[in-house]
Amino acid sequence: MSDTLLEVEDLRIGATVYPPGEAPKEIGIVHGVSFTLEKGKVLGLIGESGAGKSTIGLASMAYGRGGCRITGGKVKLNGTDILQIPKSGVRNLRGSGVCYVAQSAAAAFNPAHRLGDQIVEATVLHGVSSRSEAMARADHLFEVLGLPNPKEFGQRYPHQVSGGQLQRAMTAMALCSQPDLIVFDEPTTALDVTTQIDVLAAIKHAIEETGTAALYITHDLAVVAQVSDDIMVLRHGKTVEYGPVSQIIETPQEDYTRELVSVRSNIKPQADDQSDALLMIENIDAAYGNSLQVLFDVSFHLPKGQTLAVVGESGSGKSTTARVITGLLPQSSGRVTFDGRVLAPKLSDRPREDLRALQMIYQMADVAMNPRHTVREIIGRPLTFYFGLRGKEREKRVLELLDQIEMGGSFIDRYPAELSGGQKQRVCIARSLAADPKLIICDEPTSALDPLVAEGILKLLMELQEETHVSYLFITHDIATVRAIADSIAVMYQGRLVRFGPKDQVLSPPFDDYTDLLLKSVPEMELGWLEKALSERKMAAAGN
Amino acid sequence: MSNASTSPPASKGSAGGFFSSNPLLALILQRIFLGFILLLAISALLFIGIEVLPGDFAQAYLGQSATPEAIANIRKELGLDAPLLERYFGWLGGVLQGDFGTSWANKASVSEQIGKRLGNTLFLAFWAAVVSVPLAIGLGMIAVHYRNRFIDRLINVISLAAISLPEFFTGYLLILFFAVNWGIAIFPSTVFADMSFGDRLAAIALPCATLVLVVLAHMMRMTRAAILNIMSSAYIETAELKGLDAFRIIAKHAAPNAIAPIINVVALNLAYLVVGVVVVEVIFVYPGMGQYLVDAVTIRDMPVVQACGLVFAAVYIILNMLADVLGILANPRLRHPK
Repeated sequence: MSDTLLEVEDLRIGATVYPPGEAPKEIGIVHGVSFTLEKGKVLGLIGESGAGKSTIGLASMAYGRGGCRITGGKVKLNGTDILQIPKSGVRNLRGSGVCYVAQSAAAAFNPAHRLGDQIVEATVLHGVSSRSEAMARADHLFEVLGLPNPKEFGQRYPHQVSGGQLQRAMTAMALCSQPDLIVFDEPTTALDVTTQIDVLAAIKHAIEETGTAALYITHDLAVVAQVSDDIMVLRHGKTVEYGPVSQIIETPQEDYTRELVSVRSNIKPQADDQSDALLMIENIDAAYGNSLQVLFDVSFHLPKGQTLAVVGESGSGKSTTARVITGLLPQSSGRVTFDGRVLAPKLSDRPREDLRALQMIYQMADVAMNPRHTVREIIGRPLTFYFGLRGKEREKRVLELLDQIEMGGSFIDRYPAELSGGQKQRVCIARSLAADPKLIICDEPTSALDPLVAEGILKLLMELQEETHVSYLFITHDIATVRAIADSIAVMYQGRLVRFGPKDQVLSPPFDDYTDLLLKSVPEMELGWLEKALSERKMAAAGN
Repeated sequence: MSNASTSPPASKGSAGGFFSSNPLLALILQRIFLGFILLLAISALLFIGIEVLPGDFAQAYLGQSATPEAIANIRKELGLDAPLLERYFGWLGGVLQGDFGTSWANKASVSEQIGKRLGNTLFLAFWAAVVSVPLAIGLGMIAVHYRNRFIDRLINVISLAAISLPEFFTGYLLILFFAVNWGIAIFPSTVFADMSFGDRLAAIALPCATLVLVVLAHMMRMTRAAILNIMSSAYIETAELKGLDAFRIIAKHAAPNAIAPIINVVALNLAYLVVGVVVVEVIFVYPGMGQYLVDAVTIRDMPVVQACGLVFAAVYIILNMLADVLGILANPRLRHPK
């Protein structure tokens, strides 16, 4: 009797798509993937979106999301092919033998029931243990996972706890029935880095303590390197490379894997002269409504033709700062100076020239464009609005802009739905460039994109800056991006500016406490990073 | 449910502090207050509406023998010569004390009549609701389970056919088959004060069935739509991946989150069971509010019309208010604040 738990052989998954105006057709999503997982081991599945990693994870529970169908191959769990057993057998397996941890625990918990009831539900229903035993085990798991007040945690409703806690609660739910296998589907992707490291450590600790095996799905190689024994790199539904974690990280064989490993190595040097300010904000306070103050005395400046990165976790006030600069949220006190003049706080009081010179790019490119407009109309509209261009002139300029974003004229008649994620963001960049702005505020423009696509967008932005000398205010939570593109950095925490200055200075010690925590929480592509970071943290805490 | 005495002490001791520490109670009190204002506005509208209607009780009452003097006499006797505002506030004052005045036609107390009639109408509405609400929600859940398959379509088609037939037609069809051809139901459905409970139930079988058929489709389709909407949520996938069976997923995980829209439609239909029964009561000769109102309108018996109108409005507002409050209570975010 070997220790093999899960054996996937030549797994094939397909779906039916319904393209508008055409006959439905069959497409393949996963093309013959095979792997084995031993008891108590962790296999990392990594790849960009559309690589089929979640689909494979769900297939190991005999589940097809949306219209996905398993069209071939075997999924053997403890020697039984679970694709061949009847529905009731599959139902008994899910929630007791194999459990699932979703990417967004906030959406995956039922808002109508208490966490404790949801966590023990499957365990009790499948007859694994009695309700009181399951409750006791859940309490124990809350403690293992480092949740606050483990005895009372189960009494809470999902909306009463934070995102990081929900993600740990979801892990507790998966562990409660003592399954042989857990499928983790991007469990830390939606979290801030400072929260991610805690959740990651909790998951790793819980896996070690319970001896369960796991499939760990993520697009972040640095994260998966911390928890896995083996890694499988996937692309377009096929295996690119499969092997022990040390081999994948240290001696990758395939070009694609090498690209993934080295994706964060491109770093731009900071500009020397940072005195000639284009944008200056001084002592900004801002509040939503009359009571909820979100910005406290924020001041920084952005030199001409350079990039200022504003960094912080969600709720730190970085997007609110952008709203104040654009005039969407007038500040309650303080001053915004742009190009030598003080800007009117309210958007409606600003002249069109100010609107033109200050453009925005958003995180969600697909909702920032009118889905019923073609690329021509999307890019052409600011040309008509600001410069009165029409007809042939406008067409010529749109084509120039499309060349500038490296897409070309063949895209001019496409609708947003016919573009990929990266292409959508490029069109948004072209739209903001069309206004010939002095400053573009980029609000997390790459965080919804796959690493390699994001890398392409960042490169494009840097090239455009060389050509047009446009300045960027770049809002992000990703330190790697900051290192790559910024000239100066502003670190924000709970509505206050905690650190500001040229990049090299901000990223060099001595650090303030928050910047230190932030920098140390960023996963590095290095084996054993997690343990090192955690022990450093403990030592720092002991030192205090 | 927390109330003022068990809730933690208000932070400031002022009314503002009380409401901010009990947001749920504040919301509910606000709904009740709004309902009361609405009812007042409706009473004024009713009064004005009736005032501007053509036709006159004295004229209708006297018929052929209406001379100008006789009409003036009757108007004076009924107090119709007083100014509009005076009459409105006099009437409103009475209503607030539970006195709806006396009928012009037979000098009987309107409150007393309404007491009996409303009882009958509520009896009919209650039994129609007892049958139709669980049936509609159950059918809705079954339709969700078999969505886009034969059973779902069958439920949809039948309930749609039932709602598409005018209720008088449905009523006559039921009379034709159940009372006339097969003789297994009672017609007319008149009930009397000294009838036994069983006899009463037997008497209202046909009007009750008619009402059920009329309100079923609306509630069923809303239940189906609301639950289907929830079925694409991530937490339903979670439930499926926990290996729960289909019925448990629909009933335990989907339905509680679909409850607010369902409650609203149920309330609208319950209101219809009370307010919209006019036609059904007339067809089945059932002595409820509807028939009372129709009789009063024919002879321009204004106190009765006003009283019926106000009672109908109150039922409507109370049921919708109840739906609002239940909808608020169904939201765990409001029930269990952070």
